[in-house]
Amino acid sequence: MSSDVRFTDFKSDKQPTWCPGCGDFGTMNGMMKALAETGNDPDNTFVVAGIGCSGKIGTYMHSYALHGVHGRALPVGIGVKMANPELEVMVAGGDGDGYSIGAGHFVHAVRRNVDMSYVVMDNRIYGLTKGQASPTSREDFETATTPEGPKQPPVNPLALALASGATFIAQTFSSDSQRHTEVVRKAIEHDGFGFVNVYSPCVTFNDVDTYDYWRDSIVDLSEVDHDPTDYEAAQERIMTGDREHIGVIYQDEGSVPFEEREGLEDPMYEIPDGAPEDAMDLVREFY
Amino acid sequence: MPDDLNWAIGGEAGDGIDSTGKIFAQALSRAGRHVFTSKDFASRIRGGYTAYKVRTSVDRIESVVDRLDILIALTERTIDENLDELHEGSVIIYDGERTTMQDIEIPEGMIGLDVPLKSLAEDAGGAIMRNVVALGAACEVASFPIENLDESLEKRFKDKGQALVENNQQAARLGQEYVAAEYDHDFDYELVTTDADYVLLNGDEAIGMGAIAAGCRFYAGYPITPATDVMEYLTGRINQYGGKVVQAEDELAAINLALGAARSGARAMTATSGPGLDLMTESFGLVAQTETPLVICDVMRSGPSTGMPTKQEQGDLDMALYGGHGEIPRFVVAPTTVAECFWKTVEAFNLAEKYQIPVFLVSDLALAVTEQTFPPEAFDMDEVTVERGKVVDEGEVDTWLDDKGRFQPHFPVADGVSPRAFPGTTDGAHMTTGLEHDELGRRTEEESVRVDQVDKRQRKVETAREEENWDYREFGDPDADTLVLSWGSNEGAMREGLEILEDEGVAVRFISVPYIFPRPDLAEEIEQAETAVVVECNATGQFADVIEHDVLERVERVNKYTGVRFKAEELAEEIKQAVREPQEATK
Ligand SMILES: Cc1ncc(C[n+]2csc(CCOP(=O)(O)OP(=O)(O)O)c2C)c(N)n1
Ligand code: SF4
Ligand SMILES: [Mg+2]
Repeated sequence: MSSDVRFTDFKSDKQPTWCPGCGDFGTMNGMMKALAETGNDPDNTFVVAGIGCSGKIGTYMHSYALHGVHGRALPVGIGVKMANPELEVMVAGGDGDGYSIGAGHFVHAVRRNVDMSYVVMDNRIYGLTKGQASPTSREDFETATTPEGPKQPPVNPLALALASGATFIAQTFSSDSQRHTEVVRKAIEHDGFGFVNVYSPCVTFNDVDTYDYWRDSIVDLSEVDHDPTDYEAAQERIMTGDREHIGVIYQDEGSVPFEEREGLEDPMYEIPDGAPEDAMDLVREFY
Repeated sequence: MPDDLNWAIGGEAGDGIDSTGKIFAQALSRAGRHVFTSKDFASRIRGGYTAYKVRTSVDRIESVVDRLDILIALTERTIDENLDELHEGSVIIYDGERTTMQDIEIPEGMIGLDVPLKSLAEDAGGAIMRNVVALGAACEVASFPIENLDESLEKRFKDKGQALVENNQQAARLGQEYVAAEYDHDFDYELVTTDADYVLLNGDEAIGMGAIAAGCRFYAGYPITPATDVMEYLTGRINQYGGKVVQAEDELAAINLALGAARSGARAMTATSGPGLDLMTESFGLVAQTETPLVICDVMRSGPSTGMPTKQEQGDLDMALYGGHGEIPRFVVAPTTVAECFWKTVEAFNLAEKYQIPVFLVSDLALAVTEQTFPPEAFDMDEVTVERGKVVDEGEVDTWLDDKGRFQPHFPVADGVSPRAFPGTTDGAHMTTGLEHDELGRRTEEESVRVDQVDKRQRKVETAREEENWDYREFGDPDADTLVLSWGSNEGAMREGLEILEDEGVAVRFISVPYIFPRPDLAEEIEQAETAVVVECNATGQFADVIEHDVLERVERVNKYTGVRFKAEELAEEIKQAVREPQEATK
């Protein structure tokens, strides 16, 4: 890990094909900056990306990376980290990837609390498949597959995380570069599962949750009286707030990552050339 | 009477049948006798009937037979369930003081031993030991030195304190003495002991042990019969070697967790059975496309859907070969014995890493639940090799950088196998994806690159076909006109079937195939034979299909899909039938 890593070292030479103005540009930039600021470099970083416009991030960033199947990025990231706790693992994907097809994994990844970060690029729409309702879409959000809106309340991902025993819950806005970077950095630094829901607007298919909407509705928690270590205060913000909060909403400072509780420290890739020395003992157990 | 003895204990689920049976099996194994166990789970009659059956001999045993010499019947149903297997002279041990057992009728010609199991157990310290009283009684019937049982009881209960060990040993004594005193009978059975040292284990345990021997460090799975024993074996043991077992939220997660660990460079595996394999199918292509070495174990049970979860079947061959959309390069290996479960697991890890490919390790319920004895040398750890393939370290990464200094994880090398850099390797950073990609792992839809990459992945299979050993195992008469082919656990029953056939003057050549893909070319063998018969535990003949496809010739099929494994006598009969009346295959 060299200290002279610049965030552009995390950029691949592949030019993003996101629509001009897509929130994902800002989301990705902040992630790269946060990784560089926390002393990581591409050779010790592993990025796992979901499937969606958001998931393309794995291609545009330079590091060890895997772009898997829709909804399964979290288990891959957990496997990577447990097998080599020395790596910096960051998982990124869309709201559909994380809260619909991958919702089951989200709950359990939160519970497991492996030391990694999870950035969800929440545009409240399915971007890649050209504009269908997502689990965070509003109840009356009209799309080709929901002409009168989904008629179901949106998932509250922060509440889902809290109910699942999260140790770090944050929210950011992709165009507020400084705050976004700062919060993702805190998620990386957090000893455990650092979850950041990023409002990352889709300029092509979502004309409701727009830059203007966010700018008008966002409340930055650093500008109000909020103590992220206060569980009840966090609960209040998450459950009853009708405002779109950004910042670190909840952090359990006593969090101990799963792999640490399991005593995992060393990479698992080093193994002997043959069976372990005492392996015949395993056979003798069956006497 | 033959020295080959068949013993069973049966009752309701929850009666401690399994653990009692295992204690007896272990006592026999420690006494230098071979053991082959099986379990009856469900029943012809409704209810929770379950039985643990032990076949024992001083000679090696490879299968179960339809005969029962000594039966400990905790319920009346246990007798009814086993009427076909009981014979004249069979001994049935039961507790006539039990209200439900008071009026039982011992079938004609059999010997009923009414032993007050519960009362004697209470005398020894607690009713809970009634099964152990029965074991003692069985020792007397079989003239089996009870000291062997003492050792086995000690092993089972020593963690719970010496007092409990002694109580159990006393319970066994009371059972033995009761039979000796009350029944003036020469039972004709004699279980001699030998000096041989055997270990006793089942197929799942052999897979788990093989994984540790091979350096597996990460296992992710979701509990499912009959694969759970693999996970339970590894849990606790793998930690000593710096590894970890993770119980995932589902099989979708399990395979992706293992994939992630494998990307980090760990030898990783997951194991499941049919319903879980269905879920994992989603990621087969991802594993292959990203060229990640992964061992995916399927311990088959009866399907489809939830089917008969505790019953035998070999119905997932097509799934292992073809499961998943698109064309997925893979290897499929299927162990044929409990010991082979160990060796094929070791091999699966080497194949996976050498060729950076998913390897399906296909076992079946009959292997998983059978506890079988082996000399410890059958698992000679010095014979285990670990071949990691083209892993490049910091010093070698340079060779694989393109002109812009980028590592090429999917470089189309002549043999198809690209260099592999574990994350953390300086200058090795690279991405990979389930999307079609170029040599750098970047998405592409360029026609020529697509074709290059498909060809390269396919070349790995061709390289392996040439470099590795895909031999079959052969038994019987090599010059016989009748050729029998099978895969998986049928090997044992068929080997014993060969002896029966030989005694009857029927010569058979038997080929047991542990490699399903790539597999041995059997064209010549089938050509030479007058009749070729494929034996398998499924209804449609999935293995027969691939053989016919390979050799462009019809084969005879012997299929069984009752949920019960083949038995030697039955197979011998079926083979004779198939040879006598070859069916023009109707498929
Ligand atoms: C199993 C599966 N089902 C469906 C798809 C098609 N698909 C690709 S991305 C996507 C939704 C993407 O939405 P989101 O996760 O919010 O990402 P975004 O494009 O909005 O960034 C879907 C349904 C798929 N790739 N795989
Ligand atoms: S469709 Fe929407 S989410 Fe996708 S790149 Fe365009 S703006 Fe971004
Ligand atoms: Mg989306």
